[in-house]
Amino acid sequence: MKQALLMLGCWLALLSAPTMAETEPASSFDDLLIELTEADLRTTQPILEAIEATGHPDVLPLFLTLLDGNLNFRKADQVLITIIDINGTDQYTEFTTGTSIEPLGRRDVTKIRVNNNLRNTLSSAIARLQLSSPDAALREAAVLSLLDTINDSTANDLIALRADESNRSVLASIDLALAMYSARSSDTVAAQITAIKTLSDSLQPNARNLLFDLERNADDSAVQAAATVALEKIDGKVTFYSYVDQLFFGLSLGSVLLLAAIGLAITFGVMGVINMAHGEMLMLGAYTTYVVQLLMPGYINYSLWVAIPAAFVVAGLFGILIERCVIRFLHGRPLETLLATFGISLILQQLVRTVFSPLNRRVAAPDWMSGSLEINPVLSLTYNRLTILIFALIVFVALLLIMKKTALGLYVRAVSQNRDMAKAMGIKTDRVDALTFGLGSGIAGIGGVALSQLTNVGPNLGQAYIIDSFMVVVFGGVGNLLGTLVAAFTLGIANKFLEPVTGTVLASILVLVFIILFIQKRPKGLFPQRGRSAE
Amino acid sequence: MTIWQTFLSRRNTLDSPVLPFVTVLLSLTILASIGNLWIPADSALHVSTYTITLLGKYLSFAMLALAVDIVWGYCGILSLGHGAFFALGGYAMGMYLMRQIGTRGVYGDPILPDFMVFLDWDVLPWYWLGMDQFWFAMLMVLLVPGLLAFVFGWLAFHSRVTGVYLSIITQALTYALMLAFFRNEMGFGGNNGLTDFKDLLGFNLQADTTRVSLLLCSAALLAGIFVLSQWVLKSRFGKVIEAIRDGEPRVRFLGYRTDRYKVAIFVYSAMIAGIAGALYVPQVGIINPGEFAPLNSIEIVVWVAVGGRGTLYGAVIGALLVNYAKTRFTALMPDGWLFALGALFVLVTVFLPNGLAGVYGQVKASVKRNASDEQSPHQKSEAS
Repeated sequence: MKQALLMLGCWLALLSAPTMAETEPASSFDDLLIELTEADLRTTQPILEAIEATGHPDVLPLFLTLLDGNLNFRKADQVLITIIDINGTDQYTEFTTGTSIEPLGRRDVTKIRVNNNLRNTLSSAIARLQLSSPDAALREAAVLSLLDTINDSTANDLIALRADESNRSVLASIDLALAMYSARSSDTVAAQITAIKTLSDSLQPNARNLLFDLERNADDSAVQAAATVALEKIDGKVTFYSYVDQLFFGLSLGSVLLLAAIGLAITFGVMGVINMAHGEMLMLGAYTTYVVQLLMPGYINYSLWVAIPAAFVVAGLFGILIERCVIRFLHGRPLETLLATFGISLILQQLVRTVFSPLNRRVAAPDWMSGSLEINPVLSLTYNRLTILIFALIVFVALLLIMKKTALGLYVRAVSQNRDMAKAMGIKTDRVDALTFGLGSGIAGIGGVALSQLTNVGPNLGQAYIIDSFMVVVFGGVGNLLGTLVAAFTLGIANKFLEPVTGTVLASILVLVFIILFIQKRPKGLFPQRGRSAE
Repeated sequence: MTIWQTFLSRRNTLDSPVLPFVTVLLSLTILASIGNLWIPADSALHVSTYTITLLGKYLSFAMLALAVDIVWGYCGILSLGHGAFFALGGYAMGMYLMRQIGTRGVYGDPILPDFMVFLDWDVLPWYWLGMDQFWFAMLMVLLVPGLLAFVFGWLAFHSRVTGVYLSIITQALTYALMLAFFRNEMGFGGNNGLTDFKDLLGFNLQADTTRVSLLLCSAALLAGIFVLSQWVLKSRFGKVIEAIRDGEPRVRFLGYRTDRYKVAIFVYSAMIAGIAGALYVPQVGIINPGEFAPLNSIEIVVWVAVGGRGTLYGAVIGALLVNYAKTRFTALMPDGWLFALGALFVLVTVFLPNGLAGVYGQVKASVKRNASDEQSPHQKSEAS
């Protein structure tokens, strides 16, 4: 992806190139390009250095194209041709003029080859060139790519650049590079130690490697000691951030559990119906996402916004259907409800298998959910998990508002507390039951949309979450939405903190055993219902 | 009343179906055995070895259903984790059979089973010691599920976890065990489980005679356990168990330690499930962690629900019928089976709350209801 963007950028740069090329009397640049087409791998290096020395504006695009292996020349007249593969077809462009040309045969062009050695030269040359780029992010990346190869001349360049630099993160990386330079090659021990102290604030792996090196191989013992201290400080920070990382993964797992369990908190927690088909409501939501994407192939980025209400409606309707056809006949017989809904879950699974095939389906992620938010070199949070975490909280708050502030919520609570009395007050309990069940199932469908972004969509998707969901609801206390929230995040975080110690499988076993023991101790969960509505 | 008296009890034959049940079961298995061993293969009456094995498998499933019926039908404890006890019994038997392979394994190690050699284990783990002795392995078949049921039941019933909560944590129990047994580090063969068995007590497992003997063993044990259970449940102890199902607080107020009664019946049931597992493994030839899957445990409950709970023989009939249907269905239309099973769950729970065994009572009740304005007889299983 990144590479494609880079290519596109360089291709755009090529389009704007010709006007500049004409105004400058860069005959030597053009000569060098001819030379480049005649050189072989061994003789290319000096030519590249000479090209860089011309300071021609086309140098950067040239090097980028060359590094990507897209630079060719026409055998007939030694004109450089860029060949870029766009969606499977090769686009031919003349390098210096930037005009598109008819595709040529493979035999009419020759690729200019580079080896690893040349690639290194190209990379550092590109970095040097990008140091003066107007884009701050490119400048920073350029500085960071110079970290290991910095020498006297680049250090001087950096000092010069630093004077004009105003962007704070670029300044920080220049300081880091200079500190690394003086820690490695300064003459005085005092300067080295000061530089090491600066490095101890950095989390860049390069700085850490340099400190390791200094700790072992520095001539002066004071420098070695300073490196040790700095490394300890860095290690402390790395440990801290790895905890933050685990916490984030825990929260992420918690948000998934919350989305899976929150619908159950309504149907099981509030209505008291054991819905073993709850996992299949998640699955239906996920498949709805898949179908919506199939229906609008060109609009992957927007399909999620359609999928969320669609999943709610589909799963909700299935929920109402199940309630009307089966569950209402089983009022007050929780164990029978469990069996009947389990049967329904089998039917739904097989239905999906028959309609969509038993194979897993992949749901594409929209662009704005891919990639990650980089906080520092050792901690980056992926956008999809971040989005789902926020989404789970939004769904939770919305559900809480529905239950506390709307007429439906009031009816639901009334019916769940005292069915006969509610009926006597004129509440249509049948309708409320159906709507509540539909609401719980619909919320599960929305959860399925989120799950489809994290895992593959398959007929067994729901099965994987049903036991966890029940655990969350029971652990949090039946009939208590806030308890479900706390339980989901507690279990998620506990799971992720156990994982590095015990391994994934043992962690989930331990969590299950913990819940089993916990239920023995507090059969009504973390936050048991109090008052008259509790049995 | 002694077991013998139960067996011969002739009064009220519908309530105490011991004699007809045992007679039908044993005569059918004996006929099948004769059909396999002494009737030539080209005869229409010949029973193939495949059928014999299938029957043996059904009978072990029937025993498992019996175990579930004892706790669910008579004590109101819906266990969704009985597959765990079944699998543990099966693993104990499997370990014995693995040790019997000896040097005939792929790697030819006299002590270590193949999968351990494959995973570079040096010594046999302590819990495999003694498993080469048949009596010890059979002891474990009873003790391991029994002990697990005791610890679990003690914790659960002591803190009065009941109803749906209990069902869900039993399901979590078997799920946790499944995850654990999938791990190679556990020393039970991981994903593949235990298989490639050669012989049992020196008899080749592939031989027709061994298969028939196993079937006869299964039938005899099932009959024995049926009689024993009938006796247990008709005894004073059994009356308390039924009373707990119908109104646990009341029984507790009368001074009974209901939790101990429940633990006792739970352990008894788990041991039966363990025996069923031990019979299942040599006939099927494999045991793997899939047996712990929560779906399996729920399927057992459906057998019992179809047959009719609270009537031991109903559980047996349910297990046989549903499994026969499964065999036929999966052969004829593999995709259809889950539809059928799912529909069975729904239809039985909605329309036949007392299963097939309850149809007679249901019909009688509805006739009575139509005949007079009287209230229909109170459904006896409120607590379930």
